[in-house]
Amino acid sequence: MNKKDKLNLGNDVNWKEISPGGVINEPGNSDKFKTGDWRSVKPVWIKENCKQCMLCFPVCPDSSIPIDENGKRLDFDFDHCKGCGICAEVCPFSAIEMKDN
Amino acid sequence: MAYNLKESVKKPERLAGGHRMCAGCGAPVVVRAILRALKEDDHAVIGSATGCLEVSTCLYPYTSWKDSFIHSAFENAAATVSGAEAAYNALKRKGKITGDTKFITFGGDGGTYDIGLQSLSGAMERGHDMVYICYDNGAYMNTGIQRSSATPSFADTTTSPAGNVIPGKMQPRKDLTLIMANHNIPYVAQTAPMGNFKDIYAKAEKALYTPGAAFINAFAPCPRGWRYETPLLMDIIKLAVDTCIWPLYEVEDGKLTVNYKPRKKLPVEDFLKAQGRFRHMFKKGNEWTIEQFQKDVDEKWERLLSMEEN
Repeated sequence: MNKKDKLNLGNDVNWKEISPGGVINEPGNSDKFKTGDWRSVKPVWIKENCKQCMLCFPVCPDSSIPIDENGKRLDFDFDHCKGCGICAEVCPFSAIEMKDN
Repeated sequence: MAYNLKESVKKPERLAGGHRMCAGCGAPVVVRAILRALKEDDHAVIGSATGCLEVSTCLYPYTSWKDSFIHSAFENAAATVSGAEAAYNALKRKGKITGDTKFITFGGDGGTYDIGLQSLSGAMERGHDMVYICYDNGAYMNTGIQRSSATPSFADTTTSPAGNVIPGKMQPRKDLTLIMANHNIPYVAQTAPMGNFKDIYAKAEKALYTPGAAFINAFAPCPRGWRYETPLLMDIIKLAVDTCIWPLYEVEDGKLTVNYKPRKKLPVEDFLKAQGRFRHMFKKGNEWTIEQFQKDVDEKWERLLSMEEN
């Protein structure tokens, strides 16, 4: 098995293809696994209420609030957000609302 | 440099999404806060004791860690990482490695207070330049909410079920932070991700960049095991700190400092009633459990304040 194959191990990897020692050569590749379908309610970002205070960013367990290079938050990463609602609860400006998915 | 939340969020994310921790879990919030305290150019070698965090962040063939991660057993996470640190020092001495690497171990309360205590104690005593972080959610959540020595008194767990025979766990909580402080290591702290995360960030930074062994005990609520609604994570943490159930303090070279003294100390009921695992304490006939709980918290808080003065 060459190194390129190891990097492309998918969810359907079988025992003949696994890497020696179970080594995972691609840091942070869980990005490819979408946990967004766990969600039953989803956060909606109301951009005009948002003051960019950043209090929502650190409380996200799923690293689902992306930040741009200027340190401003962007819309949610719905591929990974599990809809726990912590961000909506801590927002002091009612800029995040939980809605049915 | 003074802490600034808006500056700290610009650092690259070191824990990717797509891990399989429950929605609303406190542990990844703790992990992200700790890893943000790393300098951008520093590499980290991270080990984890068996627990929710380990099995959910590193499910073959996926990993959520952007730094090196070592899968370890339940009882030897601290030993594994201390060995990696010793190997790094040897390679560095021979000039075979460049750059700075930090060594971090994460463990749940089961892997830290109970099963991994011997390897943790040994690693700290040998003085490896590493940080051990316990995310304390007060039970073996990964296997189905069994009691641990970090479970608070009277909590309902599957191995201390509240009913007619007992009102939940009958033993008091082990105070691991003070046990670690008595190892006389350079830095020990108890923290929680709260408000703008200043407390946990400052403590993580000190722990990571103080040479020698450091230990951090971080409060990490578990919505599944504590039986509360997931959005309430930060409220539960605030209540635990304001009722003095989880005091924030640090011990630097033997000097204890209490970092947060609530302006108005809240009654323990405020913390207890928010969670289903303490529901039975409010039933008729169980009033004594709340009195007992309050008495224990008050005694511990007073003892902590007197230790700060001495």
